[in-house]
Amino acid sequence: MLTLEKVNLDLEVEEQKVSILQDIDITFEAGKMYALTGPNGSGKSSLARVVMGIYHPTKGKVYLEGEDITDLSITERARRGIGYTFQQPARFKGMQVKDLINIASGDNSSRKCSLLHHIGLCPDEYKERTLDDSLSGGEMKRIEIAILLAQNPRIRIFDEPEAGIDLWSFEQLIEVIKNSHNEKSVTVIISHQEKILNMVDEIALIEEGRISMRGGHDDIWPLIKESAECACRKTCPWEEESYADCPR
Amino acid sequence: MLTALDKKLLEEIADLHGEPQGAFNIRKDGEGIQRRSLEGIEIIPKKDQPGIDVIVAEGKKGQVHIPVILTLTDLTDVVYNTIDIGAGADITMVAGCGIHNPGSGQARHDGVHEIIVRKGARFLYTEKHFGEGEEGGKRILNPKTVLKIEEGAYAELELIQIRGVDDTHRETEAEVAAGGRLVMFERLLTDGEQTANSDIQVTLMGAESTARIVSRSVAQGSSKQTFYPRLMATGPGRGHVECDSIIMDQAVVRSVPEIWAKNSDAELVHEAAIGKIAGEQMIKLMTLGLTEKEAEEAIISGFLK
Repeated sequence: MLTLEKVNLDLEVEEQKVSILQDIDITFEAGKMYALTGPNGSGKSSLARVVMGIYHPTKGKVYLEGEDITDLSITERARRGIGYTFQQPARFKGMQVKDLINIASGDNSSRKCSLLHHIGLCPDEYKERTLDDSLSGGEMKRIEIAILLAQNPRIRIFDEPEAGIDLWSFEQLIEVIKNSHNEKSVTVIISHQEKILNMVDEIALIEEGRISMRGGHDDIWPLIKESAECACRKTCPWEEESYADCPR
Repeated sequence: MLTALDKKLLEEIADLHGEPQGAFNIRKDGEGIQRRSLEGIEIIPKKDQPGIDVIVAEGKKGQVHIPVILTLTDLTDVVYNTIDIGAGADITMVAGCGIHNPGSGQARHDGVHEIIVRKGARFLYTEKHFGEGEEGGKRILNPKTVLKIEEGAYAELELIQIRGVDDTHRETEAEVAAGGRLVMFERLLTDGEQTANSDIQVTLMGAESTARIVSRSVAQGSSKQTFYPRLMATGPGRGHVECDSIIMDQAVVRSVPEIWAKNSDAELVHEAAIGKIAGEQMIKLMTLGLTEKEAEEAIISGFLK
C-alpha cells in the first residue's frame, strides 16, 4: 500500500516559485489498478516523480506499507519495490537493451528474450540494440516497459505508456500491463486513453495540481467526460471568426 | 616463463588466459620472450631495429596476438612492427600494451605499427592500453599506426585506453584505396592529472572508399584530452567522423575534427560533442536500484564499450 498524505510540491521555474501539487491525499492499495488523468501540465507526472523520489515534496508525507519514505532517495525507493516508466525514456550512447534489463532484474536475466517478445519486439533484433537515437519513440516506450517488467516492482507507475505507440502495439501493451498485474502489486497508469481508463479499478482526475475527482471507474467516468467539455472560446479574438468544434 | 604479474597484464590488455591460440609474439621489457609462427602466418624478428615482421599469406585465415608488457621502471621500449596481410586473407590481431611500473621512474612504450591490408583482405585489429603502479612512476604510451588499405579490403581498428596511462600521444594514419573500407573505434578514459592526445588522419583515395571513425572518451579529475581527427578525400569516397566526450570534474577536453575534400563526389560528415552525463540517464538507472556512483560507472562503461 502506498499513501501520499497532504503532499505539496513547489518547484522553481525561471526563478519563480510555482505550485505544482497541492494537498494531494491518496492511497493506492495492493491488487488494484489506478489511473491518473487530467489535462497536460496538471501535475500527474510530478505526482509520479514524488512517489519515485525524483522530486521531494515541499510539504506532506509519502508512506510505503506504513513506512515513511518521504526522505528516501530514488535508489532506496527502487530497492523497496517502486518502479517507474518514464513518459520520455532516457537514451544512452553505448548501453544496450540487454544491459538495462540486466540492471533492472539484478542479474544476467535469462528472461531478456521472453520480456522483449512479450512487448512485441523481436528479441534477436532488439536485445543488442543500443538505446540511442537509432530507436524510435515507440520502440523506446516498449523497451522501457520491458525494463520495468524485468525489475518486477510491487508499485508500478506507467507514465503515458501509450504515447508514441501504434494502435496494434497499444492493444498488446494494455494486455501486458493487465496480465502482469497481480494481487500484490499496485499499478498506477498516467493516461488519457479511454481504453486504459476502462480497465482500472479507480480513476483520479488531477487538475491544476489537485485531485478534483476520484472514485470507481463507473461512478466517475461520466463525470470526467462531462467536465472535459471544451473550455476553449469558440471565437477567434483577433479575427472574429467562429469555430463550430472544440480544437482539442 | 611468464610470471603471475605478466599473466595479469596479458589478461588485462589481450584477454589472454594462458598461451594464445594461433600465432603470437609476446614482448616483455624490450625483448621478445615467446613467439610462434604458423603456416601462412610468419612472425620474424627484425634484424636492423627492435620489432617484428608479421607476414600473412594470401587467403590465410587466423588469429595473431602481439602484446607488449613492461614491468620495470626507468625503461623506454621502442618497437617497430610491420604487418603485411596478404590478399584475400582474414585475420584478427590483438595487440596492446600493459605497463606495471614498480618504481618512481618512467616506464614508456613507443610502438610503431606499419600495416598493409592487401586486396580483398579482412583485418580486425584490437589495441588495448593499460597502466598501473604503486610508486608514482609515470606510465607513458605512444602508439603510432600507419595503415594502408588496398582495393576492396576491409580493416576495423579498435583502439582502447583503459585506466592508468599517465600520458599518451596516439597517431593513426590510414589511406583507403578504391572499394576499401575502414572502421575505427577509439575509446579513451583519463583521470587525475593524465593527458591524452590523439591525432587521426584518414585519406580516402579511390571510388567507393569509405571510412567511419568513432571516438568516445571520458575525462575525469583534472585530466586533459585533445583530439584531432582529420578525414580527407582525394577521390569520390564517403566518410563520417564522430567525436563524443563525457567531461567530468575539472577535466579539459578539446576536440578539433576536420574534413577536407578535393573531389566533388566526396561525401564527408563530422560530428563532435562534449558534455556531462545527462541527469535523466542517472535518474533512470537509479530508478532501477543503482546508487549514484553505480549509475555513473554503468553509463561510462556503456559509453566506452
